[in-house]
Amino acid sequence: MIETDILIIGAGPTGLFTVFEAGLLKLKCHLIDALPQPGGQCAEIYPKKPIYDIPGFPEVLAGDLVNNLMEQIKAFQPGFTLGERADTLEKLADGSFIVTTNKGTKHHAPIVAIAGGLGSFEPRKPQLENLAKFEDNGVAYMIKDPEVYRDKKVLIAGGGDSALDWTIFLAEVASEVTLVHRRNEFRGALDSVEKVQELKNLGKVNLITPAEVVALNGDDILTSVTVKKTTTEEETQIVVDNFIPLFGLSPKLGPLADWGLEIEKNAIKVDNTLDYQTNIPGVFAIGDVNTYPGKLKLILCGFHEATLMCQSAYQIIHPDKKYVMKYTTVGGVTGFDGSKKEAPKAVVKAIE
Amino acid sequence: MSDIKITIIDREGVKHEVDAPTDMNMNLMEVVRSYELAPEGTIGICGGMAMCASCQCYVLSSHELPEKSDDEEAMLAEAFNVKDNSRLGCQLHIAPEMNGLEVELAPEEL
Repeated sequence: MIETDILIIGAGPTGLFTVFEAGLLKLKCHLIDALPQPGGQCAEIYPKKPIYDIPGFPEVLAGDLVNNLMEQIKAFQPGFTLGERADTLEKLADGSFIVTTNKGTKHHAPIVAIAGGLGSFEPRKPQLENLAKFEDNGVAYMIKDPEVYRDKKVLIAGGGDSALDWTIFLAEVASEVTLVHRRNEFRGALDSVEKVQELKNLGKVNLITPAEVVALNGDDILTSVTVKKTTTEEETQIVVDNFIPLFGLSPKLGPLADWGLEIEKNAIKVDNTLDYQTNIPGVFAIGDVNTYPGKLKLILCGFHEATLMCQSAYQIIHPDKKYVMKYTTVGGVTGFDGSKKEAPKAVVKAIE
Repeated sequence: MSDIKITIIDREGVKHEVDAPTDMNMNLMEVVRSYELAPEGTIGICGGMAMCASCQCYVLSSHELPEKSDDEEAMLAEAFNVKDNSRLGCQLHIAPEMNGLEVELAPEEL
């Protein structure tokens, strides 16, 4: 069981900055995120895109903003459970919470801060009949252990980086790799595109474009897929052991929707007059995942919400203490790792 | 203020004729959201970066629209329910030439 003061669901910019504000109050944080790396959308969807409305940054790349936040919170030693989705919330008799992930990891904290953005990123699934039936019976949306595909006949669909990268990787592992994409053009790093071209020329990869997988065949286990050439409408049945559609990720509110929280417009309703607390005392929602009158889904608003939320969290954890806000310029920043950052003291010395 | 008329058929098949401003730096996805013609969280998910296809629509009228950018082409290549007349609403900047445009929202990806 992972124990912490504030359990943050979502490691996007808002979740990360919460660690800093909590740290100033000597509260420890642990973050859960379904993605394998921190940064949320900023890291997953648009790391190379600029943002122009972070106060004090005329221009910052989303990926750099994440790196800066990670640096800023480092001294507060946040814990991370990455690549796991927070699935259930359980309230204990003492008012604290247990959050369990889809992989069974349990977290215990008096405060839960949901900074879940648009939800957890789930693979986009092609719209095919019988798709659900073949999930884990030949169809997978992510490659966890490439060894599963050793000496198998694999068909990958998609035209982005992950489709290209896995095609290249599995060319050496699987007995047969087919890549199907709806266009002739691929959108990926240039060297990946060139590598796939090379593998195709060597006959190590079977490339079918422009084409689409239109049907899955098999009794209980996938045995073949039907691929339709877009240009000629000609359909071919290809014998495969595995079909891996790689069409990117899309966010889904997912299990959060079943936590008993008040939901409006696919977002969690919070009290914006005070501390962004939800209808469950001790559970807060901050950043893009919440809604209130006048809500704006901006990173800078998430930072503000995180800051106020931490004050309430402090009061819940320390009901008898009174906290007086202190500027970091005055009080410095004392990390849990023993580090101390503070403003240099002025020199008092006579000039003779 | 200069408004144009746009007809938008929502995902339930209901037709809406709406006024869209040409002087507010808006795109079609934002117009749909401003009139709440699709529930929040089901359209414009990426915020307008051509990085999801939640604002995909089918252009029904014969308006000459600006060419697709590489980003839009690439996204539509990965999207579902794509037709020849598919566009991403977020990439269609509201302009006077679009007066009378008629579009239908593509089904939500589940």
